[in-house]
Amino acid sequence: MGLTVRLRKDTGKFLLDVAWEMENEILVLFGHSGSGKSMTLQLMAGLMEPDEGYVSSNGRVFYDNATGINIKPQERRFGYAFQDRVLFPHMTVRENIFYGLLRSKRDGREEKVRHMLEVFHLEEIENKRPSEISGGQKQRVTLARALIGRPDALLLDEPFSALDNTLRIEMRQLVMRIKKEFDIPIVLVTHDILEAYTMADKVALYVGGLIAQTGTPGEIFYTPSSPDVDFYLALNFPFLANQYQK
Amino acid sequence: MISTLFVVAVGICVSYVLARKEFRGRELVDILFTLPLVLPPTVTGYYLIVLFGRNGILGSYLYDLTGWSIMFTWYAAALASFVVSLPLMIKTTRAAFESIDRNLIDASYTLGHSEFVTFLRVVLPLAKKGIIAGAILSFARALGEFGATLMVAGNIPGKTNTMPITIYSLANSGEWSQANFLVIFFTVMSALFLFAANRFSKRIL
Repeated sequence: MGLTVRLRKDTGKFLLDVAWEMENEILVLFGHSGSGKSMTLQLMAGLMEPDEGYVSSNGRVFYDNATGINIKPQERRFGYAFQDRVLFPHMTVRENIFYGLLRSKRDGREEKVRHMLEVFHLEEIENKRPSEISGGQKQRVTLARALIGRPDALLLDEPFSALDNTLRIEMRQLVMRIKKEFDIPIVLVTHDILEAYTMADKVALYVGGLIAQTGTPGEIFYTPSSPDVDFYLALNFPFLANQYQK
Repeated sequence: MISTLFVVAVGICVSYVLARKEFRGRELVDILFTLPLVLPPTVTGYYLIVLFGRNGILGSYLYDLTGWSIMFTWYAAALASFVVSLPLMIKTTRAAFESIDRNLIDASYTLGHSEFVTFLRVVLPLAKKGIIAGAILSFARALGEFGATLMVAGNIPGKTNTMPITIYSLANSGEWSQANFLVIFFTVMSALFLFAANRFSKRIL
């Protein structure tokens, strides 16, 4: 069970070289913008091709440059929620969610959509267009759409960065519920330290395209593995460093 | 009309490929399809004769096989309109395709939909207005086609005389009142087409 990821991609301007594994838990990819977190998700989902690497989910290999396996994004079965909540503007909330289901069997689809609308509290706006609903609602639709096809794993790219604080807390709880109900690996990309700290079972700290340290939030933030990580945290998150020094 | 149907079908395919696929010579293909927009119509017509004429590169095969040539039939007029109005369609549609957020297409892929389904359900609906604007523009252009048509289809009354060619003949033979009527009719119609095209293309921005 779980995900295994090893990726290397050199774009000329930027080198990404990361490797990690996870079970059915929440792994937070944490680091600054431009440290390669989103790129990791895109490479995993097959929207970009790495130079070399290996991606497998529950033992199914999606990408392996050694054996030449490169499964199309359509068949990778990842639920992917994009950074800027990309809903299809020409479809209603309902149709957006339904679109995540087209590849499955015909019977029972209506019930599944209904179930998702209930779980994500979207019944009242099911016939509205994305332009008519709020940011938090959009985010819930994105999650519902990504989850309705019962993906093997959920990839969340800065899902809450555009939301205000109250909504963020609500959404974090929602993700925790998703984790319980769906029991799948959830990869969460964020540069918000509070989010990383409160939600992660495991954190992978991204620094400039490399992983500086992997571990539980406690391990990362209180016992940095090397002076480099310590220095990075102190430099970028001073409030945390003070706490640590006391 | 027929030429516009083909323009829409071919234009959508060509501009999708131009907008979405990276390949060597992409800009060259774009230039080739756009050339008729800037070339003098007589040059375009000349190329068509070279290609499809009775002794032309493609036309000679057709003539040997069937004893029939496209030249000086209404098919030739449609062909000329097609070639001349295609660039307008491709330009407008390509711009519409390229303005679609790449993430929307990626989202559709990660939801398990093939490129074709994504094209039908996401790309086409979102580019609809651009496509309609392109179709209107190229239809207007096709109606106004004169030079290339005259070269490949000639001016056979009741058969290959398009409206602009009729106006030309009327003016030549001094039948001013009829010419006036047609000219005004044409101007008003073209203005209406442009108005419609503008309304559609504004909304995609």
